Amino acid sequence: MNAKVDIQPVTLTEKAAEHVRSFLAKRGKGVGLRVGVRTSGCSGLAYKLEFADVVNADDRQFESHGVKILVDEKSLPYVEGTELDYTREGLNEGFKFRNPNVKDECGCGESFNV
Amino acid sequence: MALLQISEPGQSPAPHQARLAVGIDLGTTNSLVATVRNGVPTVLPDAYGRPLLPSIVRYRSDGPAEVGYAAQAHQSEDPRNTIVSVKRFMGRGVKDVAHLENAPYDFVDAPGMLQLRTAAGVRSPVEVSAEILKVLRARAEESLGGSLAGAVITVPAYFDDAQRQATKDAGALAGLNVLRLLNEPTAAAIAYGLDNGAEGLYAVYDLGGGTFDVSILKLSKGLFEVVATSGDSMLGGDDFDQRLFCWAVEQAKLPPLEARDMRRLVVKAREAKEYLSLHAQAQITSRLSTGDLVDLTIDTETFCSITHNLVQKTLVPVRKALRDAGLSVRDIKGVVMVGGATRMPQVQRAVAEFFGRDPLNNLDPDKVVALGAAMQANVLAGNRAPGDDWLLLDVIPLSLGLETMGGLVEKILPRNTTLPAARAQEFTTFKDGQTGMSFHVVQGERELVSDCRSLARFELKGIPPMAAGAARVRVTFQVDADGLLSVTAGENTTGAEASITVKPSYGLADADIERMLRESVEHAKEDVHARALAESRVEAERLLEATFSALEADAALLSATEKALIEEKMAALRSVVAGQDHRAIRKASEALNRATDEFAARRMDAGIRKALAGRRIGSL
Repeated sequence: MNAKVDIQPVTLTEKAAEHVRSFLAKRGKGVGLRVGVRTSGCSGLAYKLEFADVVNADDRQFESHGVKILVDEKSLPYVEGTELDYTREGLNEGFKFRNPNVKDECGCGESFNV
Repeated sequence: MALLQISEPGQSPAPHQARLAVGIDLGTTNSLVATVRNGVPTVLPDAYGRPLLPSIVRYRSDGPAEVGYAAQAHQSEDPRNTIVSVKRFMGRGVKDVAHLENAPYDFVDAPGMLQLRTAAGVRSPVEVSAEILKVLRARAEESLGGSLAGAVITVPAYFDDAQRQATKDAGALAGLNVLRLLNEPTAAAIAYGLDNGAEGLYAVYDLGGGTFDVSILKLSKGLFEVVATSGDSMLGGDDFDQRLFCWAVEQAKLPPLEARDMRRLVVKAREAKEYLSLHAQAQITSRLSTGDLVDLTIDTETFCSITHNLVQKTLVPVRKALRDAGLSVRDIKGVVMVGGATRMPQVQRAVAEFFGRDPLNNLDPDKVVALGAAMQANVLAGNRAPGDDWLLLDVIPLSLGLETMGGLVEKILPRNTTLPAARAQEFTTFKDGQTGMSFHVVQGERELVSDCRSLARFELKGIPPMAAGAARVRVTFQVDADGLLSVTAGENTTGAEASITVKPSYGLADADIERMLRESVEHAKEDVHARALAESRVEAERLLEATFSALEADAALLSATEKALIEEKMAALRSVVAGQDHRAIRKASEALNRATDEFAARRMDAGIRKALAGRRIGSL
């Protein structure tokens, strides 16, 4: 592995990791969590948050509170150093991205620019 | 920023494109909404963390309707405007509902479906249900952070067409895109089947607030098939409350109660029932508006004995479903318990005893239907995980058919046909030059139309005039995945077509369904006779009609004696055709047939001579 020293890992808060572990257990399969970006949306880029069943050749792997996090090479510059939290807002609950690379995001926060 | 959910690999939605879908269990006593979130089906609670929404709506003269716990709080003080168990009235007329006199409402008998006069005006059960659905929709949209792409709403397997249609209408009225109506036991099986990866034959025993359903399901490799359903839509947890209430009235020697006291005491009875599921005895204490104090203690033994026949009553449809599926108790690999009323230990015991095994109850019996509906909604909304392409099969509860000549039923889709289903059959004209046909769609198991339920009538016009029996009219019955029927009739040569979607203005009462099924067995012999009689009459009338028109056209081919003989046989047939003896009709028909044999041969010869007249052999 050609680990570059300046890459900041993608991490989970303890609460987020707890939820991911429980979702994976209930789903009954999967090697970890895939985090990435793709182009689309009103503000340029959109997050990708998926269960991962396989590790691809171009994946970077991180480990956080016992959860394997996979990030593909192309997405890495946009999400490195991100911390994912699991929060509750009113009746809604879900994962929140704390991404230091983001310069601005659209009102809803589903897409962003770096 | 927005809160994200984990998607299946490759299924991440584009921003603002997440297809939010929910499953709704619209119950008699309580309703729930659930969704699949991060791959896990979850019931969505309200702001206080309560998963259930009591299916209670209170109308007020000044302000919006109250729904759920808020309405429940006023149940005793304002019973006339506080509608509970509205599901029992969906798609029903005043005559269909049992114990209507015990309900404290001001009913209005409207064509098709009864209505209720409230402080906010006259409301239909569809509107009342829509109020409940609106609250669940708002809860879901707030919980999921967006508007809903669609919803799956569950209904009892025994709901007829009118009740299903009413449920769908209530969904639309609440602003929901109803993706599908799903039978409650099927939804429960989805929740259990996928969660446990179970295969084989299963029974789903669903004792809800107001309805009892039993379904026999076949589960194999992600394929769900309902092989038989049965039930009693007038039996549920409410009846246990009612029984306990009656017991209390008897014990306390109470005079006839006014509506408010009645409601208060029923609530106390329900609380005692729930308490008895976990404790050896319970207290029923209530101060009535008359000042009388009711203070009774009941133990589990007494409760079991006064509700014993209710529990036994649930086993009748269970036996029937097994018989319909051609199965014995030994074939059943497991029993799924659904509905809050299955928490009662005497119910669990009776089911365990009947099936000779402990029932499955590791999912919350109140939530299991909503969870299964959410999983189905998730698939239908297109959030399908690879390899999750399971199929769902359901059945129709009563045979669907058409009236044919003589008041007979031709069954097109037999009972327990799996849904969705389409079947076509060809019919023909009865009279020469007949240009129209009228269709009468019926539902039921009996041989005669008069013993079945009439669903709809429609007409096909524009059939070209042809000899009787020459036209080919193809009639197609189609029942969609929601159990709704549409019938199309088309004439093959001209392409004339007519169709109808069956939305009966008046639903089949459950008692009717039961009575019709029972009678179809009891009257099997009688029906065979009735069918033979009707068939012989149709044949006789066709023969008389044909002979009459032949005499009109070609009487010249007969001598006076020959003509008199035929007329005598016609008269003999006419004299017996209205009678009850199908053998006499058959005999007279045969006599007329023999008498006209020679006449028919001569007409044929004459016809050929006419066609050949003036032609040379070589030109043929």
